[in-house]
Amino acid sequence: MKRVILMALMTTVIGLLPGPALAAEKFFTLVGTTSTDNSGLYEKILPLFTARTGIKVRVVSVGTGRAINIAKNGDADVLLVHHKTSEEKFVAEGYGLKRYDVMYNDFIIVGPENDPANILGLKSVVDGLAQIAATKSFFVSRGDDSGTHKKELSIWKMTGIDAAKASGTWYREAGAGMGATLNTASAMPAYTFSDRGTWLKFENRGGLRLMTESDPLLLNPYGVILINPKRHPHVKAKMGQAFIDWITSPEGQAAIKAYRINGRQAFFPNAKK
Amino acid sequence: MTDFSDAFAAAIGLVLGLDTSLTEIVGLSLRVSLTAVAIAAFIGLPVGAAIALFRFPGRFFFVVATNALMGMPPVVVGLIVYLLLSRAGPFGVFGLLFTPTAMIVAQVLLVTPIIAALTRQVIEDLWIEYEEQMRSLGAGPGRAVPALLWDGRFTLITAILAGFGRASAEVGAVMIVGGNIDHVTRVMTTSIALEVSKGNLALALGLGMILLVLSASINAAAYLIQHNTKRWHA
Repeated sequence: MKRVILMALMTTVIGLLPGPALAAEKFFTLVGTTSTDNSGLYEKILPLFTARTGIKVRVVSVGTGRAINIAKNGDADVLLVHHKTSEEKFVAEGYGLKRYDVMYNDFIIVGPENDPANILGLKSVVDGLAQIAATKSFFVSRGDDSGTHKKELSIWKMTGIDAAKASGTWYREAGAGMGATLNTASAMPAYTFSDRGTWLKFENRGGLRLMTESDPLLLNPYGVILINPKRHPHVKAKMGQAFIDWITSPEGQAAIKAYRINGRQAFFPNAKK
Repeated sequence: MTDFSDAFAAAIGLVLGLDTSLTEIVGLSLRVSLTAVAIAAFIGLPVGAAIALFRFPGRFFFVVATNALMGMPPVVVGLIVYLLLSRAGPFGVFGLLFTPTAMIVAQVLLVTPIIAALTRQVIEDLWIEYEEQMRSLGAGPGRAVPALLWDGRFTLITAILAGFGRASAEVGAVMIVGGNIDHVTRVMTTSIALEVSKGNLALALGLGMILLVLSASINAAAYLIQHNTKRWHA
């Protein structure tokens, strides 16, 4: 019995210990994509916003598909993702107030150094994927309904090849975030479709190298949306809007522009003035 | 394999440098898992003992259910707690999602079946040994619950440690309900997963080593307490 009492005491004591976040703290929750987080951008620019406004940002990073789902449930205040069609649908369905352009970067194809599909130097990403399929070279897909995954599928569609049919053979669906997918590709080794930010920051490249870039099809625009407070009254609309105003302001845009990974600009601001 | 030596260096660097974010992450891990295990023990010990000692209709179901729930995948528990605590779910009004409290709730659900199932086994074995004696003293199952829990306390510590092991090692549930938010809900396992996804394999493995050392120290402390008090009683 003593032990039970001891346990009860322990529970109370531990439960009472102050957490790292006190109730009085001003914060809102941003749900965004893994690619932005893995690229290290938030660590750099969010402290600037906090310094200016005193508002802390709690970032939850998941794939775009789940991020939109979390936002629809009202479990976050602001959504920052990269799949324009889904974002516009989100706003049209009344879940979000308005979509603002924030920035863009681009997607790339990386692959094994020995380049079994011989795509290095190809200007067209559609041709590149077609050649990977023709040579049945290993290709790892995110396979997680993220923005990157959706973009990859849209380019497969243009090649006229049904890659999903080959799933399990040369086409492998990892069902994982960008970093985990790059880990898989580097271990196989295989080609994969990645955003540039995560790739620049990625440290376990092994024998992978950059294969295809700069095709206009590979542009990757990010949008930011405040969750509709009419649908979810608890949404911290004021703080969320303050963040959107800041990140689309000259100051926020300059912070995005100044962010470098290994000396390279990773994101290009494009908010409309 | 330079990764292992790099990992070792990373772990030592983090510990010696008393990295503040590391202490924060370790502190939160301990706070979440210890609280969850304490609550789970508070529920699981008496429930397990009651299932062991009382005969009631549906008892078979309870025994099988607690044993089966020991194998519940953390990610499923995480999903269930997510759906319950989501703003769109039944407990959404409390706004508990993405807080340490949500992580504790998920871990309580994970650990309680383990403690209850192991307790049931321990108490059932003790009851076989003591039933005759206790009945002759006029003590039925009701009186036997606290007596046998006390008698089996040293073995039950192992049940609680098994629960703690499960709580401190799982990543699936806390990732979903906590969201791995820096400075708020980031614990050891979720930061290991994050570093892996960034390709920082050495740092991830280094964090894993620290987690292993922490777990070993808690187990060693429990063993020593168990051992010394046993000698005290003998």
